[in-house]
Amino acid sequence: MDTLIQQIVSGLATGGIYGSVALALVMIYQATDVVNYAQGEMAMFSTYLAWSLLNAGLPYWVAFFATLAIAFVGGLLLERIIIRPVENAPVLTIVIVCIGLLVIFNSVAGWIYSYIQKPFPSPFPSKPIQVGNIYFGAHDLGALGVTLLVLAGLYVFFRFTTLGLAMRAAAQNPVSSRLCGIRVGWMLGVGWGLAALVGAVAGMMVAPIVFLDPNMMAGILIYAFASATLGGFTSPGGAVLGGLIVGVIENLVGTYVKFIGTELKLTVALALILIVLLVRPSGLFGRVTVHRV
Amino acid sequence: MRKGLLLTLMAALGLAVTLGPAAAQTPGVTATEIKVGNTNPYSGPASAYGTIGKALGAYFKKVNDEGGVNGRKINYITYDDSYSPPKAVEMIRKLVEQDEVAVLFQTLGTPTNTAIHKYVNAQKVPHLFVATGATKWNDPKNFPWTMGFQPNYQTEGRIYAAYILKNFPDAKIGILYQNDDYGKDYRKGLHDGLGEAAKKMIVLEQTYEVTDPTIDSQIVNLKNSGANVFFNVTIPKFAVQAIKKAHDTGWKPAHFLNNVSSSLATVLKPAGLEASRGLITALYLKEITDPQWKNDKGYQDWVAWMKKYYPEGALDDQFNAYGYTVAQAMTQVLKQCGNDLSRENILKQAQNLKNVEFPLLLPGIKINTSPTDHAPIEQEQLAKFDGERWVLFGEIYDASKK
Amino acid sequence: MPPRAWTLGLAAVALAVALVLPFTLTNFRLFQFSQVFIYAIALLGLNILTGFNGQISLGHGAFYAVGAYTTAIMIDQWSVPYGWTIPTAGLVCLVAGFLFGIPALRLEGLYLALATFALALAVPQILKYFEHWTGGSQGIVLSKPRAPWGLTITPDQWLYFLCLAVLVLLFVLAANLLRGRTGRAIIAIRDNAIAAQSMGVNTALYKSLTFGVSAAYTGVAGALSAVTIAYVAPDSFDVFRSITFLVGVVIGGLASISGAIFGALFIQFVPNWAQDISKAAPWAIYGVFLIGFMYAMPRGIAGSLRLAAVRWYRRRAEPAASAGGSPR
Repeated sequence: MDTLIQQIVSGLATGGIYGSVALALVMIYQATDVVNYAQGEMAMFSTYLAWSLLNAGLPYWVAFFATLAIAFVGGLLLERIIIRPVENAPVLTIVIVCIGLLVIFNSVAGWIYSYIQKPFPSPFPSKPIQVGNIYFGAHDLGALGVTLLVLAGLYVFFRFTTLGLAMRAAAQNPVSSRLCGIRVGWMLGVGWGLAALVGAVAGMMVAPIVFLDPNMMAGILIYAFASATLGGFTSPGGAVLGGLIVGVIENLVGTYVKFIGTELKLTVALALILIVLLVRPSGLFGRVTVHRV
Repeated sequence: MRKGLLLTLMAALGLAVTLGPAAAQTPGVTATEIKVGNTNPYSGPASAYGTIGKALGAYFKKVNDEGGVNGRKINYITYDDSYSPPKAVEMIRKLVEQDEVAVLFQTLGTPTNTAIHKYVNAQKVPHLFVATGATKWNDPKNFPWTMGFQPNYQTEGRIYAAYILKNFPDAKIGILYQNDDYGKDYRKGLHDGLGEAAKKMIVLEQTYEVTDPTIDSQIVNLKNSGANVFFNVTIPKFAVQAIKKAHDTGWKPAHFLNNVSSSLATVLKPAGLEASRGLITALYLKEITDPQWKNDKGYQDWVAWMKKYYPEGALDDQFNAYGYTVAQAMTQVLKQCGNDLSRENILKQAQNLKNVEFPLLLPGIKINTSPTDHAPIEQEQLAKFDGERWVLFGEIYDASKK
Repeated sequence: MPPRAWTLGLAAVALAVALVLPFTLTNFRLFQFSQVFIYAIALLGLNILTGFNGQISLGHGAFYAVGAYTTAIMIDQWSVPYGWTIPTAGLVCLVAGFLFGIPALRLEGLYLALATFALALAVPQILKYFEHWTGGSQGIVLSKPRAPWGLTITPDQWLYFLCLAVLVLLFVLAANLLRGRTGRAIIAIRDNAIAAQSMGVNTALYKSLTFGVSAAYTGVAGALSAVTIAYVAPDSFDVFRSITFLVGVVIGGLASISGAIFGALFIQFVPNWAQDISKAAPWAIYGVFLIGFMYAMPRGIAGSLRLAAVRWYRRRAEPAASAGGSPR
């Protein structure tokens, strides 16, 4: 019984990581209709920038918020300068540009910071919290809390602010939005900026656990995709919840389904994607789109 | 228009044509230089190892600055193979057929080296000091041109097994290993070393992939299996997690950590020095972040070299110490060649290292090779972490004597 | 549109050049060009699915792996001559692709991309799991074949000709397929599936078949790669392989048969050039190349060439009158 509960707790902890990255993915998709494959690398790069700031002596929370600001501006500029020229190109062209960004960020990070892993500090205490025989990592809980805070912030932003409304309009119907005076191009830029910001938060929450190195997001990105698929690409809350579910399922299957064991954990996550896509492509909480002829 | 097209095509053809090279007696060697070829993963999932390739180049620069080897400078050519076997095949063929190197040195990775194994032996190119701990490189009968370097993983596993049999007769062993040949090789070594006792002693085995974000789940399972001995075959990133999680959940087994993750600065410190107390590993190199070597001349020379020739390299990265030492071995071989730098003689001299010591090898550990012994380093010593440094204990295990 | 005679003429010239090259290039270069041919076959497969039929696949590396391992296992375990393994690999992948295509019918765009992405990611783990057949992470080592029938050419020259022959055969087959009724149905499904269906096209059957054919092509490429590299291991078939194929198809030009060759040349040689330019951050240079190509040629190399040819032809045909509009 203890094993079960501990595995669930561990699963929720890992799931929190997946959920936060999935949130960033869903954010960009919602705002710009593009799946940005470079999302993970952008988050990693932002985390390295945070590391540089911390190394320069800034206290944690100053560096944290400074990184968020830099990430936001960076994301905005990326969209306006790099993505804009191909905005109207076929979807796959944009995908290739995103892949180009992916390799550039990865390569430049490796070049500047080298490939050896670096420890990244956590703002939360490192001693675990013990409840009976179950151990909760303080950082895991803290990171999950931060993710939920970000989620709440996004919800408020999109629901109750004019800018949020304008962004939603621009994503749903660019033509009509322009007629209303909304500067659609800049809305896309803000969308990317926000997604970069969320990604930076995810990166800084994840790095203390998986250690900072240029390839740190590679494995997580896969699970983030699984989470976003499960929760629904059109639902930020669903993405986070999807992450938690993926984390728990992955752990339980690895522990209790013997013939799969730990050797096919990744395959389990992927089988999950496939099943969800077949049964309910829009995910648990996503909106189902109907194609009209 | 058609003429223009034809002209363009001919130009393209002309550009594509590379004239075949004239056959050379001593490929890669001139009166002033020796070409040494290498491939390393400078990108992709294994890019953390790429620093070795850079360290090698930095060492050869030092050798060249000091006059080179027998009056010749070392021309070190290295290509990126991204840890991909097809890419490795292409780059090695480039080194052998286009750059015509004299020797292939420290090519990294088991799958990548497996892909080129047959080829380099068929081409009769010395394939020296490959950077992998797999056992198959010590096979001079079938692959006379290939030679390993470090003590292989199976040997290390056997060393731990011998120690467990002697000191923990009632052991209940839990193993965590990476799901590839590195992990499986270590596991095999432990199994083979335990022999009959393996079935009784090993209570749970867990694997992980390099792409997994955490291994917390595996540690939980291992703890709950009741294991009191933990064989930890993980790379640094996961070793830290394993040590930390074991400590945090109150699990205190006899903890054997594989050599690959024995770095103080990269693994033990982030995991927590207190949490790491009691860890046992097998070493053959001085661990360069271990304070006991601070005043050691070998260490200080290494630091001076790093600062001058590889300033962008990390001073707490054990790979840079490894690269330094292997490069010294290569230089030694070239020195022994004198003026005969044919591929045959380079191999001959590589097979002729007798009790060679290098400054960063642990005291007592020597390099020995012969035409039937293609494993240069076969000795390791156990060390236990006392919260501050790796305390060497016991005798030096010598696998060649088994 | 430029007359078909031109396209055929250019193809004939290209073929002539390709036949002459083996006697002027070094073995190493021939090896590289064999890889180009292999990639071109794989890319054509992917292009049939993605470019002509509109189904995005980020997982063709999986079929490449299946083809390669089919060949490797047949040679290693049952000593089948490698010549037979190549069509067998194609057949196996045809079936596999068709079977995958059936559930894929329900998915579109982003979701299909995700499903195929998941497939590509699962492949290395699955290959390692079935150790007994696949050799696990150690992989399977094969022997490089020599030229048959006593031909006095080097193994590299022989493999070059083999790959070239398979390439020409498959390209001709694809061209025939795509120019005929089947091709029109496939393209119609891409452009407007609902309209196609109401016109009587059995979209489900065609989409699954296209998946199968596409997988078969990539499987044959995989088989050839196993023969030329003489080694298969899970590390050769990671997710980056699938992404590289997609890159090759888009850069080469979607919905274009010649695009497969351009794309293959790109993915084979540009990473090497990037390394020559910058040892420190070669992939950053590669990324810059990718973005630059997409800016300059959003429809790929073949697409841009086609555009340029059409513009030039139109300008020659109607010098006085304004052509109006942009060519589509």
